[in-house]
Amino acid sequence: MSLKALLQRLGQTVFILWVVTTLLFFLFRLMPGSPLAAYIDPTMTADQQAILLHQFGLDQPLWKQYVLYLMNMARGSLGVSFIYKEPVGGILLAALPNTLLLTLTSLLIAYAFGTLTGALLAARRGTWLETVTLPAILATRALPEFWLGMVLLAVFSFSMGLLPAGGATSPGASFPSAFARYTSLDYLRHLMLPALTLAIFLQGLPTLLMRSNMLEVMQEEFVVMSRIKGLSEWSIIMRHAARNALLPVATALALGIGSSIGGNVVIESVFSWPGLGRRLVEAVSGSDYPLAQGAFLMIAAAQIVMNCVADVVYSTLDPRVGRR
Amino acid sequence: MSATTVVTVSWRRQARDPYFIAGISIYLAFLLIAVFADQIAPNAPKDILFLDNGSLANALPPSAQFPLGTTTSGCDIFSQLVHGSQSALIVGISAAFVVVSVGTLVGLLAGYFGGFVDAALMRIADIALGIPLLPFVIVLAAFLGPTTWNVVLAMSLLLWPNSARIIRAQVLSLRERAYIEAARTAGSGHFRILFHHIAPNILPLALLFGSIAIGWAILTEASVSFLGFADPDTTTWGFMLQDAYVSQALSRGLYNWFVPPGICIVLMVSAGFFISRSYEQFLFPRLRD
Repeated sequence: MSLKALLQRLGQTVFILWVVTTLLFFLFRLMPGSPLAAYIDPTMTADQQAILLHQFGLDQPLWKQYVLYLMNMARGSLGVSFIYKEPVGGILLAALPNTLLLTLTSLLIAYAFGTLTGALLAARRGTWLETVTLPAILATRALPEFWLGMVLLAVFSFSMGLLPAGGATSPGASFPSAFARYTSLDYLRHLMLPALTLAIFLQGLPTLLMRSNMLEVMQEEFVVMSRIKGLSEWSIIMRHAARNALLPVATALALGIGSSIGGNVVIESVFSWPGLGRRLVEAVSGSDYPLAQGAFLMIAAAQIVMNCVADVVYSTLDPRVGRR
Repeated sequence: MSATTVVTVSWRRQARDPYFIAGISIYLAFLLIAVFADQIAPNAPKDILFLDNGSLANALPPSAQFPLGTTTSGCDIFSQLVHGSQSALIVGISAAFVVVSVGTLVGLLAGYFGGFVDAALMRIADIALGIPLLPFVIVLAAFLGPTTWNVVLAMSLLLWPNSARIIRAQVLSLRERAYIEAARTAGSGHFRILFHHIAPNILPLALLFGSIAIGWAILTEASVSFLGFADPDTTTWGFMLQDAYVSQALSRGLYNWFVPPGICIVLMVSAGFFISRSYEQFLFPRLRD
């Protein structure tokens, strides 16, 4: 990707971020009831209300409020949560690692499985393996992820008692440091079911994508050439064809990180996983507007930035795209 | 090729494809169940039922009287399931219709006129693609009120760019074809070229997206209902799952309660995927080899 194209794409990303932030500003002001409700906890004392009123400039005209809102957002000052009585930024930063770990673990499992299975299915085209596996994979894409989570939870946690039923750590567990917490066996045991659920849901896309890319690549001249050279079928598939078929899968992975962070909302709710999505649902059902706004913005930002990364990755890996 | 020929040819080809037959059969079965829901379901979906001895009919296992048992608050699970097909079809079809109509129109205009119109529409598409779907639907449903139509509205606002982008690419290649040139030379206006000459060729692609979009819409609606932002007046499969989840059906092992709604969702959504898959093979025959 040329520097100019890169800067253009970055500019576009910043523009989209700004538009989404602005839309959110107006969305929260179009809400039924007073705009004050968006920032002021009804249970606060009059003094506290006055301070917040001034901090968010709610005593100012709309355009000044908007400028102040943008400045607050840029500084990462997202207000104070009604439910937790703590700054929204801190709550979200504490939730972010949980969401990222869940998303990345499941994507890693899903894409490792998907690329291998996809390549295998392409190599075994027209056999019984394809007849059985393909409809099954299409069906996993039709699974509501939260329902899959519920079934796995009922079977593995409640009926068999193998894995914990929710949360990220056992009640009462304490850890010397954040790092120790995320690398503890306890955390891993809690992570297993939600990550597995998400991985089953996510593997369909890389599998199908890899399969159709492989089928396409296998028709190309360099593959015919390798055959003529007498290379083994395994070497042709894995070393020559698969490498070329991986490009779109890599792009899908980058896009997947962005959209899974937003899509995790239901999985996090089923498993009471303390991530961004769970906070968002909690905030929206509890009318905790500052937290809802902050969580939404953070999820949207993740998605927008990853869309941009996907574009950059794709045009770096496949220079033909940039030149078009 | 006119629109009718495209559709007839594809129909003949597809009538023999097992994926297509499976998809259409599932849709037809659910359609029949939805139309005759009141005749099929023995009880109203949210009626609290009592046994002959006067005690509350709660958390009963499947029996002749209650084919799938009852919920912890004494509702007939089978009747809820039957009624759930109505809202699934309504949400799925209406959302898919709006999404594909908007997507097709935007794709046609952007691809055909190009330039400023194209740039403006595609920037709007980029923005819509940047907004996370489920969080947006939740926030909108919470603000505007949790009705089925608000869920459909929120989905329509965000899902159209996918179809618009693909249709735009198709229009870009179509508008350079000789027959379009001929129509232009013969004095046809933009409107006539767009809707008489180009749109019919876009129709199969739009239908392909429609069958996928029905699935997306049903999955999204189910997720929103599960999170508790559903229309309280309707019985959806997502609502049933939420009801089961909060009533501890999981820890009590009431599989007869939370397994059937999930299977119905999977069947309905895969039907759309099966149809789109068989359709895709017709549209892009290269993939078949």
